[in-house]
Amino acid sequence: MTVGLGETVAIIGPNGSGKTTLIRILAGLTRQDTGKILLSGLDTSRSGEKTRRTVGVVAHDSFLYEDLTGFENLHFVGRLFEVDCIEERIESIAARLGITSRLNQRVASLSHGLRKRFTIARAFIHEPRILLMDEPESGLDQQSMTILGDLVMDHVSGGGAVLMTSHDLDWSVTLSNRLAIISSGRIVRIGDTEDVNSIRKEYQVYTGMGE
Amino acid sequence: MNTYFGVIWAIVWKDVRLELRTKEIVVSVIVFSLLVIVIFNFAIEPTPQVVGLIAPGVLWVAFVFGGILGLTRSFVLERENGNLRGLLLVPVSRDAIFFGKMCASFIFMTIVEFLVFPVFAIIFNLSIIEFGLIPIAFLSTLGISAVGTLFSAVAANTRAREVMLPLLFLPIAVPVVIAAVESTAIVIGNGDGMVHWLPLLAAYDAIFIVVCAFAFQYVVEE
Repeated sequence: MTVGLGETVAIIGPNGSGKTTLIRILAGLTRQDTGKILLSGLDTSRSGEKTRRTVGVVAHDSFLYEDLTGFENLHFVGRLFEVDCIEERIESIAARLGITSRLNQRVASLSHGLRKRFTIARAFIHEPRILLMDEPESGLDQQSMTILGDLVMDHVSGGGAVLMTSHDLDWSVTLSNRLAIISSGRIVRIGDTEDVNSIRKEYQVYTGMGE
Repeated sequence: MNTYFGVIWAIVWKDVRLELRTKEIVVSVIVFSLLVIVIFNFAIEPTPQVVGLIAPGVLWVAFVFGGILGLTRSFVLERENGNLRGLLLVPVSRDAIFFGKMCASFIFMTIVEFLVFPVFAIIFNLSIIEFGLIPIAFLSTLGISAVGTLFSAVAANTRAREVMLPLLFLPIAVPVVIAAVESTAIVIGNGDGMVHWLPLLAAYDAIFIVVCAFAFQYVVEE
């Protein structure tokens, strides 16, 4: 399976099918048993440090320190990734996500949805070429999903690549160029979003909701 | 190389900032260490002869057990919200994360020792100004921080982490505790022979810093 620059691929599948494991392997958090992963042409098992620089991850975990403010969390990540002009970058991404007024608030005092927005900001802070998102829509309200959708579209039109997992087929279709179904750790179907109707039927079979 | 040291510094900065805000580690370790010292003072009649024998042991038992509390808390913070995973996404080798956490633990333990030692000296009626204790404290704290950081990362992935850390850490820390206690006893007693213990502490530190930094990448990867 290949994801090209300027492309968004959404992985859908039932619970326990391996979506989160796939994202973790691609992010370098879990080692795969077999197979090879190339990110920007580099083998992740040999060039992990180089490939991690090009990747931004939105996972189920927020990766945020509860007792630091949102700004401090983003500043910390910016320093880890050696982001130039960190403050300006934080202001820019915070403005896009509508969290500027919450930057100096401790993460512990933020709602789930706002935390998720900071998690998304964290993933974008170093302007990664590749974006890996594990069910990014979970916990987001409609407005936040629209903002995230716009961010993803801008990222892709700027030459980035996105691989995301989702339970929301309709939302995935609006964002993606291709859809893939994963079941028991295997990609069992991959097709253009134009084939959404046949993919939907097949997806319903795997989730036990179809014929 | 700049990235490497930049990551270490950023992790230290983050841990210090968290500690300044919450005061969870330093305050709890200070209170625990003082309680150990006070309890020993009540449990044993501190005559000058007894003090010379037991005071160094009491001091390092207090620091080591207090240190375990602090080390456990340090990695519990990294477990919350998957923060350790977040650190593993950083484009730098895993040992930079290890050194960042180790340096932060070293700083916290040094602050605790700096504040607890005068109280210990007053309670046990010892001379406070003993410059010979500085290299002992430095080398011992460094060794405890290195081994403790590795094992607290191991323990953080287990369910019974508060129990696992002492079980894993104390057997490996025995040499550093013995060397620290013996050399402290020599300094307090104005004796000589410390020259034998400091190289042992330095060798322990050199070996375990390298081994722990190397092992850390295998401990944190899933």
